[in-house]
Amino acid sequence: MMKNLIKSNTVIMLIFAAVVLTAPIWTAPIGANYPDLLQKFAIFGIFAVGYNILFGLTGYLSFGHAAFLGIGSYTAVWSFKLLTMNVVPAIILAVIVAGIFALLIGFLSLRRSGIYFSILTLAFAQMAYSLAYSVLTPITNGETGLQLEQQDPRVIDSMFGVVVKDGLPSTNLFGTLMSGYSGFYVAAAILIVAFYISLKIFRSPFGMKLLAIKSNQTRMKYTGFNTRPYLLTAFVISGMYAGLAGGLLASIDPLAGAERMQWTASGEVVLMTIMGGVGTLIGPLLGAVIIKYLENIFSALNKSELTEIFNYMPEWLQTIVVNVTNPFVGEGWHLTLGALFMLIVIFLPGGVMEGVDKIKGLFGFGKKKSTIEGEAK
Amino acid sequence: MDAILIQLLNGLDKGAAYALIALGLTLAFGTLGIVNFAHGALFMLGAFCAVSFQKILTISKKVKDESITFFDAYKEKPYLEIWWGDTGTAIIDYAVPLSILMAIPVMLLIGFIMERGLIRHFYKRSHAEQILVTFGLAIIIQEVIRHFFGANPIPTPAPDVVSGSAAVGVFFGLNENLVYPWWRLIYLAFSLAIISAVFAFLKFTTFGMVVRAGMADRETVGLLGINIQKRFTIVFAIAALVAGLAGVMYAPILPPDYHMGMDFLVLSFVVVVVGGMGSLPGAVAAGFLLGILQSFASMTEVSSLFPGIDQIIIYLVAVIILLVRPRGLMGREGVFED
Amino acid sequence: MSEAMTNTASKTMLEIKGVNKTFGGLHALSDVNLQIVEGETHAIIGPNGAGKSTLLNCCIGKLIPDNGSVTFNGRNMIGMAPHDINHAGMVRVFQTPEIFPELSLLDNVMIPAFAKRDGTFKFNPFKSMANEKVIREEAMSTLAEFALDKFYDQHAGSISRGDKRRLELAMGLIQHPTLLLLDEPTAGMARHDTNQTIELLNSGKMGEMTKVIIEHDMHVVFSLADRISVLARGHIIATGTPEEIKNDPKVKEAYLGEEAVDE
Repeated sequence: MMKNLIKSNTVIMLIFAAVVLTAPIWTAPIGANYPDLLQKFAIFGIFAVGYNILFGLTGYLSFGHAAFLGIGSYTAVWSFKLLTMNVVPAIILAVIVAGIFALLIGFLSLRRSGIYFSILTLAFAQMAYSLAYSVLTPITNGETGLQLEQQDPRVIDSMFGVVVKDGLPSTNLFGTLMSGYSGFYVAAAILIVAFYISLKIFRSPFGMKLLAIKSNQTRMKYTGFNTRPYLLTAFVISGMYAGLAGGLLASIDPLAGAERMQWTASGEVVLMTIMGGVGTLIGPLLGAVIIKYLENIFSALNKSELTEIFNYMPEWLQTIVVNVTNPFVGEGWHLTLGALFMLIVIFLPGGVMEGVDKIKGLFGFGKKKSTIEGEAK
Repeated sequence: MDAILIQLLNGLDKGAAYALIALGLTLAFGTLGIVNFAHGALFMLGAFCAVSFQKILTISKKVKDESITFFDAYKEKPYLEIWWGDTGTAIIDYAVPLSILMAIPVMLLIGFIMERGLIRHFYKRSHAEQILVTFGLAIIIQEVIRHFFGANPIPTPAPDVVSGSAAVGVFFGLNENLVYPWWRLIYLAFSLAIISAVFAFLKFTTFGMVVRAGMADRETVGLLGINIQKRFTIVFAIAALVAGLAGVMYAPILPPDYHMGMDFLVLSFVVVVVGGMGSLPGAVAAGFLLGILQSFASMTEVSSLFPGIDQIIIYLVAVIILLVRPRGLMGREGVFED
Repeated sequence: MSEAMTNTASKTMLEIKGVNKTFGGLHALSDVNLQIVEGETHAIIGPNGAGKSTLLNCCIGKLIPDNGSVTFNGRNMIGMAPHDINHAGMVRVFQTPEIFPELSLLDNVMIPAFAKRDGTFKFNPFKSMANEKVIREEAMSTLAEFALDKFYDQHAGSISRGDKRRLELAMGLIQHPTLLLLDEPTAGMARHDTNQTIELLNSGKMGEMTKVIIEHDMHVVFSLADRISVLARGHIIATGTPEEIKNDPKVKEAYLGEEAVDE
């Protein structure tokens, strides 16, 4: 049994890496094989996988994680402006700075639990959002958002004699531009590492203790664990994941705006996690992919395209169907999102992964869940 | 001194809206144990009751514009004016206060449907799931409203008589040029009336007493009687009504748009938590407290001293209060701590 | 029964001195003095509301007494966090099963074993559970002692109430406590299960351990205890061997009389 586990770690990672890296191929049939979207899959995947380390393992529902994503983005853009257009320092700095903020906010918020914790994180995130729009304008450039400029110092780049003649410089990884497929492969590689770390945490004694805190925190205290440092560690790790995602977003498109920190953005990552399956390894990533894919499809559609899609129907039916579906597409994508949110929580609180388990069960080859992976609840 | 009085009134006004929304939220927590993230949407729906009522009253017919004689000009003339002349004009003018009559049954019905259709199935689920499902519902309500009313704020004026300002300066024996909008004063009085009505209902009716007993001790919610489901529905409908009425009357102050509910919801949640989950007086006190603090923080004297303080004051106060008093101002031990 | 009761030279392990605790105006504990000697099984009995649970809670850090002292192996316990008290060697078994319902039985027992090994906090995210062979084996053998090993991979929330109580005992035992505090270990159990539990508590490692038992059931008390203290309205009214307690007129008056009628 133990051998199986070790083996499965390697096997899981190999399969995972293969699936992620071949994404441009297998997403082709569903029309998702273009770099912009694939990058989004990977980046929001990282965000959700990290969020799951907090919410999935400890059950603490944070409504402020978008703040860390925003902080990561700002840090990365500043790194591009001041240091170098290379993404490595930008991403590392984004993770570190987001981690520091997570440490501070987590330290304060984790003094409370339950809904009080949720509201505290929400309050901190809203403060960050409001400040980014007002007083911190010198750092965040307010509503316009932080952008690159040709005359930025870029100390390290200029040391190496890189001169930008006209237009804006591009972000790169030691010379490879971050646009298009190369951008996706960088994000994918980071996703694989991020997923590996999450897998290790899930299957470590540390991860199991987090699950036990979720299950019965009082008991953990009387069992001899100081639960707060455990929770804080999980909070900081998930904050760093968010910072990483933010840094990557800025690396691909060097622009940072405060709207990334709004509480609805925090709500979105919760939805991704729930949709895929809270507390499962792969679920949150699936959730991120599903939501970003649907967003992409639905928000691009409009009435005339709908008419075309339903062209095969008799005209009277076509008119009805088009009129009914129209509010859900284009600008109305949020309506679809809200509906999805409700449907998932009502009918499939365990997310897609629970659905998969149920189907497996139906066909009789559902196997017992790993004791360490925990309940999708 | 003048500026302080104005800010105090502004704060009370804002606080009144927070308090009304927070009141319904707390009522739902305390008795039903439901964390309702769609409560802000109910406030917004209330405001849109006023908008729709106004639209209905002003349904118009194209008529020839007599004032233009050079050519044939047409203008929209509301049917009410055509039928009843000046009386019709007056009715249209009073659209907002009259829409309360429409809002009461509508909001009660919405509350009823929401509780029966959704909330009831979530009593036994975790708070996290309640938050998520109602959050989804809030998004849906918001988007539906946007679909029908558009994204822009819709001006919904108060009746002409009270669209001016009251000389509050004279009343308080201060500068006589000191004025304050009538409608805002009316809103304040209206809110206080609603709050008193809710408290009176809870204090003096048998139903209210049972509800209070249930809030004081969640274990005794069973006392709500055999027909507990029905009583829960009523409590929820009342909460929806209070939020809706707060919205109706707020429409002239802030032209309603589809996301006003969310804006108020986040703040009202902070208010509820600061007041102490499940404490009605706490919710009202915290609502006014935070409203007043917010409006004082926006005074130039304060914001030049602490730049940006007006943006974050509510959250800052919430953080401090929660860290110092774990259960908010008037919360009790063991309530909603999961 | 162990030899401790006759060995008067044994050293005092837990000393409770002059402890008072009031809730509002109610004196839950007034001037409670109690000494638990190494190796003994000490039962605390008393009618409902006598303050038994309050006393226990004052020992393990859930409540802080208004005054007085609680010393465990020479260390002051008052004001210490529950998790530190646990590591000092005083472990509590709960009255209503406090387990991890979503985790497997095996995990439930491994967690306290980790606490023993890792201390109050350890960050080891890259260590694999699969390599925790020693702890896993210890947990399995502990489960076996309590006849729970057959369904080690089931969720703890899904087993019967009696099994949960035994799981609790296993979770306490695997920490090798110096002092085990048991809060009504047989409450709500059927006679058969009660006897089984008495058997468990009297034999093997459990039998040798120093224990404090809060109990209602006189049958359990007299089968287990070396010494008994009687708590009534917040006062300790008598402490002594089961024989002494049985014949103590004060105890009869305050407690045993009515209880005997109940039985």
